[in-house]
Amino acid sequence: MIKRNLSGRKTVILFIFSTIALIFIIKLFFLQVVDHSYKLSSQNNVLRYITQYPARGKILDRTGKLLVFNEAAFDLLVIPQQVKAFDTVDFCQLLNIEKEDFKVRLNKARNYSRYRPSVFLEQISKEDYGYIAEKLYQFHGFYFQARTLRHYPQPIAAHVLGDIGEVNQRNIDSDPYYKSGDYIGKSGIERFYENELRGNKGLKIVMVDVYNREKGSFKDGQYDTLPIAGKDLVLGLDADLQAYGEALMQNKTGSIVAIEPSSGEILSLISSPSFDPNLLVGRIRGQNYKALQEDSLKPLINRAISGSYPPGSTFKMINALVALNIGAISEHTRFTCQGKLSSPIKCTHDHNSPLALLEAMENSCNPYFWNTFRSTLYSSHFKNHKEAYDYWSETMHKFGLGVPFDTDIPFELSGNIPSTAYFDQLYRGSWNALTVRSLSIGQGEILVTPLQLANLAVIISNKGFYYKPHLLKSIVGNEYLPETYTEKIETGVSEKHFEIVKKSMLDVFEGDHGTARYYKIDSIQAGGKTGTVQNPHGEDHSMFIAFAPYDNPRIALAVVVENAGYGSTWAAPIATLMIERYLKGKSSRQALEKRMMETSFNKKKL
Amino acid sequence: MIRERRVNSIDWLSLSIYLILMLLGWLMVYSAVYDENHSSIFDMSQRYGKQLLWIVLSLLLGAVILLIDAKFFNAFAYPIYLIVMLMLVGVLLFGSTIAGSKSWFQIGGFAIQPAEFAKFATALALASYLGKLNRDLILWKTRLTAFAIIGLPAVLILAQYDTGSALVFTVFILVLYREGMSGALMIIGGIAAFLFVMTLYFDQWYVIGGLGFLFGIGLFLVKRNRSNITKMLVLLAVGVSFVFSVDYAFEKILEPHQRTRINVLLGMEKDLMGAGYNVNQSKIAIGSGGFSGKGFLQGTQTKYNFVPEQSTDFIFCTVGEEWGFIGTTAVILLYLLLLSRLIVLAERQRSAFSRIYGYGIASVIFFHFAINIGMTIGLVPVIGIPLPFISYGGSSLWAFSIMFFVFLKQDANRLNIL
Repeated sequence: MIKRNLSGRKTVILFIFSTIALIFIIKLFFLQVVDHSYKLSSQNNVLRYITQYPARGKILDRTGKLLVFNEAAFDLLVIPQQVKAFDTVDFCQLLNIEKEDFKVRLNKARNYSRYRPSVFLEQISKEDYGYIAEKLYQFHGFYFQARTLRHYPQPIAAHVLGDIGEVNQRNIDSDPYYKSGDYIGKSGIERFYENELRGNKGLKIVMVDVYNREKGSFKDGQYDTLPIAGKDLVLGLDADLQAYGEALMQNKTGSIVAIEPSSGEILSLISSPSFDPNLLVGRIRGQNYKALQEDSLKPLINRAISGSYPPGSTFKMINALVALNIGAISEHTRFTCQGKLSSPIKCTHDHNSPLALLEAMENSCNPYFWNTFRSTLYSSHFKNHKEAYDYWSETMHKFGLGVPFDTDIPFELSGNIPSTAYFDQLYRGSWNALTVRSLSIGQGEILVTPLQLANLAVIISNKGFYYKPHLLKSIVGNEYLPETYTEKIETGVSEKHFEIVKKSMLDVFEGDHGTARYYKIDSIQAGGKTGTVQNPHGEDHSMFIAFAPYDNPRIALAVVVENAGYGSTWAAPIATLMIERYLKGKSSRQALEKRMMETSFNKKKL
Repeated sequence: MIRERRVNSIDWLSLSIYLILMLLGWLMVYSAVYDENHSSIFDMSQRYGKQLLWIVLSLLLGAVILLIDAKFFNAFAYPIYLIVMLMLVGVLLFGSTIAGSKSWFQIGGFAIQPAEFAKFATALALASYLGKLNRDLILWKTRLTAFAIIGLPAVLILAQYDTGSALVFTVFILVLYREGMSGALMIIGGIAAFLFVMTLYFDQWYVIGGLGFLFGIGLFLVKRNRSNITKMLVLLAVGVSFVFSVDYAFEKILEPHQRTRINVLLGMEKDLMGAGYNVNQSKIAIGSGGFSGKGFLQGTQTKYNFVPEQSTDFIFCTVGEEWGFIGTTAVILLYLLLLSRLIVLAERQRSAFSRIYGYGIASVIFFHFAINIGMTIGLVPVIGIPLPFISYGGSSLWAFSIMFFVFLKQDANRLNIL
């Protein structure tokens, strides 16, 4: 054996051992002490934040009838990793889906995660659930998760109630409460009272293993929170009246708005054509929404708040009120009328001349109101006609015209009352009463919504004031309504001037020449005013505003039937049927009721 | 008299470390696969119950080994080696495949992995061969025989597709180095490893370009006589052909999953859900332990199976997650202490056989320690070999225990050797 000194090699080997150990300790120091990102990753691995959804608040009508409630529905979830081979044909038949669709859905779930559940088929109804659940044991990896769907026991008030849908990116960005996949009110009451209805989500933190199986709650539920259910809402709406009005308006385009004058509560808000709100719930929502959107009659539009119409003759009363208020005319002021020969606006009615206010209103005499309007603009009250016009349009705003009510109905339009500045620009500063004469009879640039029109009826029935029209009657659990709904709004026109206007509306039913005298309701005194509005889209719009009972009005309403002709032939009878229904609970005029319901003004469009 | 001295001279320090590591392993296996439905640590239907059985059996084996005459192992080194080699051949013919490796004998409910015992047999045979007189690693004959003793089991294990276990045998180079083989071999090995990594990182032509550049600088620096230039040309040729062969080996010889593992390690592939998943989850588990850990049985990453193989190859994750930086450092220091102690013990042996054997087992334990922990913290590719004494598994624990007790016996007996 050749002797060599190899003792130094022991040191080399020990050095290697120590170096490796040191490298490990340094690496572990960075991994465990310096870098905190692994703690987060480990929580992402093991903690699942399960949202506990609260029940959304119910919506009731003024009599306590349910308008919207929650119904159990079921999502079918899938964990792709747990899916075992099975008969896909059977499965597709069970769920009533196409095989192609099945593949697409399963792949989507797989792409999301093999271990985490994703929704395979959403919102399966209670009925289908029972049937499917019975057979589901054959298909591993699929299971149900309960959720709730909105359900409407009566297919009414779609526009009022609105719908809910998945949040979009904007919702998520603007309110951290919402997470992708949450639901939010998209329109109507559901949208406006979203915060009250939604309640508060709860959170449950659970630990899961790598196969996403629950392994118990995190730190014994120390960080869990319970969901708080949404609040129930009571609306001023009368479900029976709403349903009745929708029936009357079927196959017609238009709107009915009825308001309780003493409170501003909206009793019915009908936009026709309408649709069954149940169509916009659950799996069928997307498809139905598209169909409704593409419908040429545009049923999704809420005409009660976003239909803008010239007010026609109904507007003459307001013109008279402004003129009376500044003393431009008195109730005894007479103007002459040359019938068809009148200038600049002719009269289509046959009556005495000269005539005073009450008679002029009964006959809806155009020249009379042209003269009234002219007297207002050239009144000695004002420096010039522009200042007078400013006063005029300001009063219109006080009547709730040309401005939105800013009430609990989303997407409300303001209508239009043209301003002085508008005319200055249009006519390069040189205009006068003659230039804007059509305003005197409610035509021209003036536009009002049916809601504003109904509110006019309220103002006249109340002789000068109104409450902001609103849908909400109360929030269950809250003592008070928001102040804005209980605040009395004055028009500034003195009550005594309303007397004669109100009286003129009574004559529409009671007078010998009253335009609605054929629709007078037994034992109920009502006031009304017809309007027949010319428009460029075809037949005139039939319009009527009314209130009843005359002395202590409980209902005021506006009816607009588009392209139906005279106000007295369609809108007036519908309005009286509504009044009778609300005040008496039934109709004494079945034939009229039947005729109104069955008449169609909607031409079948191809 | 003699008997008494033998008993007294057992090395209690290394035995204590051995016992501590083994008990620690048992607790870690318990924690890693902890299940509330089977919460008794003695539940025999669970891995921790079984691990306790393996531990008891290992101690029994140890006691038996301590009773056997110390000379037995030197005398029977070749027969033992032969039997194990036959088992390695046998497993290729009759073995069962578990996790892609055909390296298990299935006996009843238990599976035995001959490769684990091959390390012990090789250490014995190598010690026995080199321990004889007139063996010198300067001599090619000695070198080649030693290589053959090491290479045979490695090749047989490689044939079982158990690359990890086969790689273990490269560590015997440390033993050869200690016994006199040129240190240049280790340095060359180091340079080769460097070129290897460079070739994988960069295109082979860049590496060759780099070699050419170094060659140019070399020409500038050294005296330009014929002999120097020839030497440098030879070096260049060797380097270039090495680079080519690495590229060839990587593309043609390695299996795709092995290629992926290396790529993930080099950070060239960030496939977190594929091969990188294991390492990433392992780092998350260890990293989330923080400085002082989440506490015994409080680990979530390992208990809930995010870390694969959490009771065997990735048991170190449980240490890291539940005991934190304190725990991992303690375990590493325990290993370092054990390895150093084994070297000290080996150096005090009077017989070459005992010394070489001691270096053999220290090297094998070191390799397992370095590769296993290196793998869990992402410093080394995923090579499935257990952490000695700690990982779950009968074969591995027994094999390491046998190796350890045989050396303890040699050490206890060292004074009886003239």
